[in-house]
Amino acid sequence: MGSTSSTLLKIPNVEELMQETGFSSAHIIRLYDRFKALDKEGRGHLCPHDFGAIKELAMNPIGDRIIGAFFSPGQETVDFNNFVKILAHFRPVDKDRPRDPNSPEPINSRSNKLKFAFQLYDQDKDGKISRDELLKVLRDMLGMQVTEEQLESIADRTIQEADLDRDDAISFEEFRKSLEKVNIDHKMSIRFLR
Amino acid sequence: MALLRLLLALLIVFSSPCKVTALEGDSAEVGLNYSSKSSETSTSTNVTTATITTLPIVIWKWHHVETPYLVALWILTCWLCKLVVELNHSLTSVIPESGLLIMLGFILGGIVWGADKAQTFKLVPVNFFYYLLPQIVLDASYCMPNKLFFSNLGAILVHAVIGTCWNAGTVGVALWACYEGGAMGTLNIGALQFLLFGALMSAVDPVAVIAVFEEVHVNEVLYILVFGESLLNDGVTVVLYNVFDAFVSLGGPKINAEEIIKGIVSFFVVAFGGSLIGVVFAVLISMLTRVTKNVQVIEAGFIIVLGYLSYLTAEMLSLSAILSITFCGVCCQKYINANMDEKSVTTLRYSLKVLANGSETMIFVFLGLSAIDKNIWVWNTGFILLTILFIVVFRFMGVFFLNWILNQSRLIPIDITDQIVMSYGGLRGAVAYGLAATLDEKKIPEKNLMLGTTLIVVYFTVVLQGITMKPFVQWLKVKKATQADLTLNGKINNRTFEHILTAMEDICGRMGDNWWTRHWKHFEEKYVCWLLMTSDARKHNDQIFGAFHKLNLEDATSYVTEGESKGSLAFIRNDDSASVDFKKKLALEYADIIPDIMADMSEYDFGIDNVPVMKNPIPSVSLGIHEQDSKTMPNDLNAHHLLEQHLYKSRRYNRPTYSRSHYKASENPDEMQEIFQRTMRSRLESFKSAKMGVNPAKKLSKHPKKDSTHKPNGKPADPNRTHPYGDEDFEFSADSASSSDIAGHFSRRSTNAPRAGVDNPAFIPEMDTSAPMRNPPWQTETGNNTAVAPSQRAQGRLPWTPTNLRHLAPLRMSTRSTDSFAMADASVDEEAPEEKPGTHHTRL
Repeated sequence: MGSTSSTLLKIPNVEELMQETGFSSAHIIRLYDRFKALDKEGRGHLCPHDFGAIKELAMNPIGDRIIGAFFSPGQETVDFNNFVKILAHFRPVDKDRPRDPNSPEPINSRSNKLKFAFQLYDQDKDGKISRDELLKVLRDMLGMQVTEEQLESIADRTIQEADLDRDDAISFEEFRKSLEKVNIDHKMSIRFLR
Repeated sequence: MALLRLLLALLIVFSSPCKVTALEGDSAEVGLNYSSKSSETSTSTNVTTATITTLPIVIWKWHHVETPYLVALWILTCWLCKLVVELNHSLTSVIPESGLLIMLGFILGGIVWGADKAQTFKLVPVNFFYYLLPQIVLDASYCMPNKLFFSNLGAILVHAVIGTCWNAGTVGVALWACYEGGAMGTLNIGALQFLLFGALMSAVDPVAVIAVFEEVHVNEVLYILVFGESLLNDGVTVVLYNVFDAFVSLGGPKINAEEIIKGIVSFFVVAFGGSLIGVVFAVLISMLTRVTKNVQVIEAGFIIVLGYLSYLTAEMLSLSAILSITFCGVCCQKYINANMDEKSVTTLRYSLKVLANGSETMIFVFLGLSAIDKNIWVWNTGFILLTILFIVVFRFMGVFFLNWILNQSRLIPIDITDQIVMSYGGLRGAVAYGLAATLDEKKIPEKNLMLGTTLIVVYFTVVLQGITMKPFVQWLKVKKATQADLTLNGKINNRTFEHILTAMEDICGRMGDNWWTRHWKHFEEKYVCWLLMTSDARKHNDQIFGAFHKLNLEDATSYVTEGESKGSLAFIRNDDSASVDFKKKLALEYADIIPDIMADMSEYDFGIDNVPVMKNPIPSVSLGIHEQDSKTMPNDLNAHHLLEQHLYKSRRYNRPTYSRSHYKASENPDEMQEIFQRTMRSRLESFKSAKMGVNPAKKLSKHPKKDSTHKPNGKPADPNRTHPYGDEDFEFSADSASSSDIAGHFSRRSTNAPRAGVDNPAFIPEMDTSAPMRNPPWQTETGNNTAVAPSQRAQGRLPWTPTNLRHLAPLRMSTRSTDSFAMADASVDEEAPEEKPGTHHTRL
């Protein structure tokens, strides 16, 4: 218990963080260890190249986008609290814990999970996935086999499917609607080790 | 029903004399070589056996055909039973089909009993295990939702292995304890026999489970858990049964620690060995389908035969045959579906369904039929009631306990209602009966009691639990399966989510499920697919791509249907491609309405219940097809083949509806058809030989609005366009310049007819010269300098000649990292900046 509390003490606002993210103290400690391991130079924050050092992430077709999601616009670093807050998006939704109706929406709610995915597409942050943005993601994800022509038609078709107001772009609302039947809680959650 | 009775009467009439004659030796050697000197056998019924004085014209040769005839008649009878059952839908919605079939089996059995005064027909275990069960298991495993199965494999295995052992052990021990306590009177059953009985009672039957659960539509995780468990659990049960059977033969005193350890070892060897055999056969099948392209007709047959062989091989090696065929089906499905022609896949699917459904029906009818036998009915109220009680109670306990353990580590816990349904879904079926019937009467004196009890348990679970299952599920408000529509958004985002999750796991630095999935995928892509898939199939093996392809196909179908009903579909045929077109007239007619309709319809569809695009009426359907026509890849042969299929049919069947302008009434339809077929065939062959096609038209925008927006492929916007189909018509007619004067007409039919051969010299060069195409960046990187500033038409063509493929294949591995991606972009930007102004990657 001694080491547990001493680790927790090092983290600023840890109570608040736990409250906000829903992580238990065991989770937080585990993530803190990982954070320190990633932060090789010991500066107390992470830079994009720290993430880039994760070997597997380089193999991820949209790895760069995901790394980008950790950094708020204009910022080059992410501290532990924000790091945990991003990860908290992927905590499974807990059904049994009754939520205070007055409290703000938890980070791991359905719409927050979706927002995270949405902003990976929406790189210019205008609240819409344009055709070009979608095309870029598709180009990253579809690999070599598919030609540009095919990519374009797939992108067109995808937008056509989701586009309700016919502005040739997918807004968040449209994005949410197009995934209405998908079990987001299931598909956007990972198990965090205690 | 009357028909059925008649058939049955016929059966009995046939079978009674045959018994008589069988007693008198085989006297049915008849035929024209029947010598008049041969000793005259005297059977009262057969005319053939009488001395013949002259050449017989018609001979009664019952004995020649007796066995196959009876088999065929019984199959027919059982299937007619199914027909009768399905006649009344209000009945099947209350009582599951399997239960009704069993009841019909009772009736049939009663009739047979009434006629023969003995049980003439029953389900023989050998027939069941060798001829009825394999195809059911093969079908079930082949149609198994693969991904779902493997992602829940852990839970399924826990339930199938530990749960089954738990059930077998507890039921056996509890029954034995009750027997010792005096609840059943005096029976000649020892502890080991009770355990053996417990083992055979633990078989949750996939046939019964599928039959009931398919009608209930529970959520997919629950379905896969119950279904997967029942499938694997059969294998485990058989293994357990064999182990206990061996123990019984050994006899109590000889069993020591060593034997028990041997039993446990053999349990694992048999189970895993069987699964391994199945995987080996799956690999064999997949490799075989790589080369069966030339014998497409029997392609599907190979899979059935090899699947059956995997069953028999495992049986031969005394490994678990059911597990073998299960893993065979589950493992090979992905690769064979990719390797085989779409038609063969459909064939396979349907033939498996026919076989499986057929034998399923027979099994249930015969389960009922077998009950009408006074020999097996040894009644022991205590034994029977306690058995039913214990199998239900211990099933509940086992499922709840195992799920509790599983839920500790499951991301999405199995909730309580699902657990109840899982427990309640433990239906016993034919496997239990088959095992009980194989019991050796010498070793187990109370075999008939066990058999009878098994039958009662089967009836109890299939009929009673089956009937109550549906209301039960509704009452518990179990999550039902959601009808997931195929949407590109769904597919793409699924993929994105997967990537996000793996990335997050990487960042958190743990090996989670996604880590395993991803590494398996990596391995599979690199080695397994290379080994088991044709290069063609590998190319198309992409989910997003596949979804896109499927949507396009559906669009094509509905487009043709719509077009026909409007009477406005026209064909333009030329040498190497078929294309569909709306006639100008229709396009003009609809030009101003289309955008409005489109907006309205999509508003409606997406806004309210998210109906996918292809269900829209004409306008958007036509958009879809134009994408298909203009943008999909010509090498996507399947699409073209299927499209042609549809077009071909529609033309033939619906000719009168649009013959007014395009057809001369004097044309001989037969001749037309013949020529049509011939050209079709030759074109198919040339498609195959050339391995590529040519796309008739280039990309088109979906709606006019977009024309004013930026076009990345360099196509100039056309602000003067009055309606969406304006320049399409131009494109199509340009493409088919030679035949456009008579659009939609077989103007080429005289030239096409002699071109039946594959190696048409005039054809192949044309294919090769059509290769200039637009190069994606990665190709440019290899120094493959085919980058020609493409004409608009060439842009529509696809770069996949076989040589290009060879370039692509190794490259695909090497360009995994983002760096080479960036390089590829850089290089293309240098070399052909004017070619693709809109394709710069802006990377983070």
